[in-house]
Amino acid sequence: MKLGWIIRGVLLGALAVAVFGPLVNMLLWAVAERWYFPAKLPIEYGFSYWERVFRPRGNAMESLFNSVVIAGGTVALCLAVALPAGYALARLRLPLRSLILLAFLLPQAVPNLAVYINVARIFYSLGLNGTIAGVVLVHTVHGLLFAVWITTAAFAAVDRELEQAARNMGAGPLRTFFTVTLPLAAPGILASAIFVFLESLDEFTGTYFVGVPDVMTLPLLLYNASAGGNYQIASITALILLIPSIGFMLFVERFLRADVLAKMGG
Amino acid sequence: MAGGPASVEFRAVVKRYGAVTAVDGVSFTIEPGTLATLLGPSGCGKTTTLRLIAGLELATEGQILIGGRDVTRRAAAERDVSMVFQSYALFPHMTVLENAAYGPIVDGTPRKEAHAMARAKLELVGLSGFEARMPSELSGGQQQRVAVARALVLEPQVLLFDEPLSNLDAKLRRRVREDIRELQRRLNLTVVYVTHDQQEALAVSDRVIVMSNARIAQAGSPRDLYERPANRFVADFIGDANVVAAELIEVSGDRAKVVLGGIALELERRGARPGPVTVAIRPEALLLSADRPAAPAAPGRIGKAAYLGTHMEYTVTSALGELFVIDRMPSRAFAAGAEVWISLPGTGVAIVPE
Ligand SMILES: Nc1ncnc2c1ncn2[C@@H]1O[C@H](COP(=O)(O)OP(=O)(O)OP(=O)(O)O)[C@@H](O)[C@H]1O
Ligand SMILES: [Mg+2]
Repeated sequence: MKLGWIIRGVLLGALAVAVFGPLVNMLLWAVAERWYFPAKLPIEYGFSYWERVFRPRGNAMESLFNSVVIAGGTVALCLAVALPAGYALARLRLPLRSLILLAFLLPQAVPNLAVYINVARIFYSLGLNGTIAGVVLVHTVHGLLFAVWITTAAFAAVDRELEQAARNMGAGPLRTFFTVTLPLAAPGILASAIFVFLESLDEFTGTYFVGVPDVMTLPLLLYNASAGGNYQIASITALILLIPSIGFMLFVERFLRADVLAKMGG
Repeated sequence: MAGGPASVEFRAVVKRYGAVTAVDGVSFTIEPGTLATLLGPSGCGKTTTLRLIAGLELATEGQILIGGRDVTRRAAAERDVSMVFQSYALFPHMTVLENAAYGPIVDGTPRKEAHAMARAKLELVGLSGFEARMPSELSGGQQQRVAVARALVLEPQVLLFDEPLSNLDAKLRRRVREDIRELQRRLNLTVVYVTHDQQEALAVSDRVIVMSNARIAQAGSPRDLYERPANRFVADFIGDANVVAAELIEVSGDRAKVVLGGIALELERRGARPGPVTVAIRPEALLLSADRPAAPAAPGRIGKAAYLGTHMEYTVTSALGELFVIDRMPSRAFAAGAEVWISLPGTGVAIVPE
């Protein structure tokens, strides 16, 4: 009995360290002025690195702006493709649907780097290299697989008899889609939007090949900082990277609660 | 939309799904303002027939007319037909009122007016005060009534029900089927009603269309089907009749003298010729007695005996074959294995033309 509690306590503690340890470490680095090897804690605290990051030539605000614009654009483009594709796939018969969804996985088997190098070459010839549009395109390709998968599942879960009831009441196909199918699939679609947004915010490799040096995003900034051994700037950038994630989550959560969850109620 | 009830007519309608023929050359006419049931065992094509009327499936061959107009190629949204689905198919993200108002709103009726129409129909089905609830907050019976209100709100020419009682408990079933019949009469609606329960069909219909294997086995009034089955299938499916072999020995006009198991009876001829014929005997038309009665009778032995409160059910082995018998006097019960005499007072027995 007692032993059980001790084991449980230790396990929970370990979990807490695993989850929050890196975060605490990051927070400490963000406010450390000096921190050398043998010291367990920073030797000196201060905000001079924050000042450096937010200096007009510090790139942080521009990268934040780029990251958000790219993530937003990626979500919009992904949904524009995934909504019709997911709906069409969901209405296919089952074995065919599974086959197509699996076929979507094939490109993932090819090493990403090789693909990105070629994409970068093609984009260069199209004048897309170093543009936000180019980066959005790369992120879209990356996020589309999951967006299509999730929206397909969401649409497939909508009972077809509900659509037939709507048609029976005189609604045309578009009306049926927007008043019945889409609202019922909304939670799944929002989930895919969140997923794509966060993936885009985090994306590094594709941005590196297509965007650099003209389009800087937060992950690239972070990479530059930590490659240069500047853990303070890397930590501060990582913290900034949290802002759009949390903001987007709050936005979606509010939308979910107000509009969908209430009406989903069981 | 055009007011008043409309007729529904099928002309040699065929519906195929790949190799499966779900409806095979079906023709019938349902008069305006009547309630017709489609009755038959699982998989015989009832739902498909209903969906063909609604336009949710398109006929492979043949013609479908509603109110005399050919609608064979018309889409569901263009047909003035409303359907109450077996699952009710209420929109889970809309309130009861929004569900009921969906039809008129789609139709372009202003929201306020549409809500008033919906409220009126919800009142008609006894659901006033439930407008703001979500479908998930209603009982099965209440959901069913919302589905009816939603279907009624456009005052359709034809109202379709697909096994509307299958999700309700036995007690509620009787009441709801009476409610539906009452509503149909009061609003003078053409109703097509699908069920696989023969009692339900006999209880509510003006006309019953019995289906078997994608075809019509017989169509007629409940009394017709029960008393004058056209074939073995209908005789057996409606009222569990005993189908036995008999000998037709004499014809006079439209009457015929038939002998079965040594008992002679005079029955309606129904086009039969002298020689072997098939006869359907209702289970309650067979009379059992312990002593040999004055009337002609055949000996038999009780196989199984079951007490059902209002009546006894027996299987009896006799010269007529294995018989299913219902005895309305459970106080006089025979035990399994008892020797009995079987007699036939004459009603509930019919020649089956086949
Ligand atoms: N969409 C479809 N695709 C292929 N076959 C179908 C389809 N719908 C129905 N069928 C077949 O058509 C036949 C008739 O089906 P239907 O649903 O009309 O039967 P039913 O009489 O309503 O049966 P139940 O009482 O079980 O509801 C069945 O054999 C069924 O398997
Ligand atoms: Mg059915």
